[in-house]
Amino acid sequence: MPKTTIPEEEFSVPGNTGCPGCGANLVMRYLLKGLGERTIVAIPACCWAVMPGYWPSHCLKIPMLYTAFEATGAAISGLRAALDVKGVEDVNVVGFAGDGGTVDIGLQALSGAAERQTDAIYVMYDNEAYMNTGIQRSGSTPWGAWTTTTPVGSNHDFKREAKKDIMAIMQAHRIPYAATVSVAYPEDFIRKVQKARSIKGFRFIHAMSPCPPGWRMNPMHSIEVAKLAVDTHSFPLYEIENGKVRITRKGKGLPVSEYLKLQGRFSHLTEAEVASIQKAVDDHWHYLEEEEKYGI
Amino acid sequence: MRKVMTGNYASAYGAKLARAEVIAAYPITPQTSIVEKLADFVSTGELKAKFIPVESEHSAMAACIAAQTAGARTYTATSSHGLTLMHEVLMWASGARLPIVMTNVSRAMAPPWSVWVDHMDSVAQRDTGWLEFFCQSNQEVLDTIIMAYKVCESKGVMLPAMIIEDAFILSHTSEPVDLPDQDMVDAFLPAYAPELKIEVGKARGFGSLVRPDQYMEFRYKAMLAMREAHDRFLRVEKEFKQVFGREHGGLLELYRCDDAEFVLIAAGSVAGTAKDVVDSLKAKGFPVGLARLRAFRPFPHEEIRALAGKVAGIAVLDRSYTFGAAGAMFTEVKASAYSGQKKPVIKDYIAGLGGRDITPKTIERIFEDIQIATKRGEETEVEWVDVAGLPRRWH
Amino acid sequence: MTKSFEEIPLTPISDTPSTVNLTGLWRAFRPIVDKAKCKKCTICWKFCPDVAIVLVDGVPEIDLNYCKGCGICSFECPSKCIVMVKEGTE
Repeated sequence: MPKTTIPEEEFSVPGNTGCPGCGANLVMRYLLKGLGERTIVAIPACCWAVMPGYWPSHCLKIPMLYTAFEATGAAISGLRAALDVKGVEDVNVVGFAGDGGTVDIGLQALSGAAERQTDAIYVMYDNEAYMNTGIQRSGSTPWGAWTTTTPVGSNHDFKREAKKDIMAIMQAHRIPYAATVSVAYPEDFIRKVQKARSIKGFRFIHAMSPCPPGWRMNPMHSIEVAKLAVDTHSFPLYEIENGKVRITRKGKGLPVSEYLKLQGRFSHLTEAEVASIQKAVDDHWHYLEEEEKYGI
Repeated sequence: MRKVMTGNYASAYGAKLARAEVIAAYPITPQTSIVEKLADFVSTGELKAKFIPVESEHSAMAACIAAQTAGARTYTATSSHGLTLMHEVLMWASGARLPIVMTNVSRAMAPPWSVWVDHMDSVAQRDTGWLEFFCQSNQEVLDTIIMAYKVCESKGVMLPAMIIEDAFILSHTSEPVDLPDQDMVDAFLPAYAPELKIEVGKARGFGSLVRPDQYMEFRYKAMLAMREAHDRFLRVEKEFKQVFGREHGGLLELYRCDDAEFVLIAAGSVAGTAKDVVDSLKAKGFPVGLARLRAFRPFPHEEIRALAGKVAGIAVLDRSYTFGAAGAMFTEVKASAYSGQKKPVIKDYIAGLGGRDITPKTIERIFEDIQIATKRGEETEVEWVDVAGLPRRWH
Repeated sequence: MTKSFEEIPLTPISDTPSTVNLTGLWRAFRPIVDKAKCKKCTICWKFCPDVAIVLVDGVPEIDLNYCKGCGICSFECPSKCIVMVKEGTE
């Protein structure tokens, strides 16, 4: 039996109701390969709340607590407190929420949980919009994207606000560990998860989660798009450990248009608009490089 | 052991004696001293619990829900806007069938901004599936917290409960309170042991998506649980009386109603004042009585119907206004009475909103009014008591 | 089939593995593996979002009960030995 590059044991069960090519499914799959069986996950309203199917169907080999939309940070706080008071040790308490449920409606509870140094791992799987409810924009939708609430229409409109930098927000909370991960690089993903697992305190994982229907792309390109996101520096792979930035994959530095062109949600952009995206991506990459270099 | 303490401290001691294991709370006037006292107990180790100083009331309830699902006995406290902020997750707690116990220090809603007593916040949660107990004294607050845990954690119930203190009147007023022995409470209230809890190694989902062809059955079960809570509470209180020597009148406390023709139904601390008024009026020969609505949920439907069958007139004091045909308590009392054979005259008295004092004189005027209304067979159903600009005098 | 209120738990607690959901029925395109060309790199298994690929001695066996036909395995295979074929043909 040839060696696989990632742990073989599966904690996901076939028959989930995700779309074909769903990045979020891979996020959960890799996360649990890194965390193992002694894990309890709290999931708010999002694609993953529907993923297990109708009652009584369950698509994981670990327990899952469904919670109210804005409450993931509070749920993991409550879970950890109960496990502590009952003397149950060596358990990964995980919050697994979408971008909307993290940077928008869930931001307060996230901030509270981080400030209280809750011993838990919060994973934000980022498909860059409210996908479960039909592709409405969120604070994590990137500049330039079409969504149903930032329609292109006859006005050539699109999301005109920059994507919220949740990693910077988490960095400002002075948590011990935060990292971006990509489903295109499962080895790096799982390594980071295993590192997070070994640290106590509040840990944050920002996972890019390609969404074929929401990004208007062919499902077979989910991994390719994730790869291009990293290679164009649109979604850089880095860690912030005790406040210090460390880039974990340089990426090829391809032009951002390579990443955008596979996704229909960007197909309306003019050359000038793509150029402004390129500039924003370059600036952010440069900023990360500076943070890494100067240890700030 | 007898101690003089505020209603808030009575709540804190209640939660301590009940051995709450996870407490998640957010400060709001006038609940703050409950949480402060509990933080004290936890920090000195007197109470072995985890205290989570959450960043909002919504998170307080969400954290309690998660902790309770994992098998811990939880407690929280709030008031007014904190309670209404929790409204979404109150519904979640009861739908998830979690026996969380909470103190609500009942306080008016803004605007206008008010920190004083009013039952609007509590009454507005009547649809959430929570048991609701309005207390008249600090002793009752402590006792009801302990009883509530026992009632709620029983297999046939598994619903959450709120114990309601009137803002400032109970929360910040000191009364003598008998603190039961911890050993006796432990014997009365064993550790929380749910049949199913979220635990490592057991792959289950808690709170899943249910189709229209199955949802109703879950709600039906919750209804049965609330119905069971009615009977269970009476049994638990009987047991409490045997062990601790005290009880507080069941779900509807009948005070001198045996030969009453006119009864005032009221909830909370005002009932204490009303009992004094009943005593003085009865001494003058008036056939009056007081029925204290102790439980708003489960609503004492049969008790109200039985009472309605025996009296000529009922005055319902609503310390809230819910913009329906009339006040909430009146509406439910009337609904219960309507199914009975004999239908007394029932009138609604909206009084005491925003902390407006309800004096003995006002209560006397209410009794006068219901007697007159009964004799006249009056049509007017709702009276707003003591509103400046209205011609009626209530002092 | 609606269960009686007496047969259901207090609150919806799910404990039936999702293998009851035959998501393979959704498929519009089916993957066909040329096992002779397969280099046993395990990449297809690694990237399947539906855990529908099992490695048998390094070679992928695709469980058509669950495969949704997303095509990731086909696109990512470095040896190009997985082909997506329209359902209903072949």
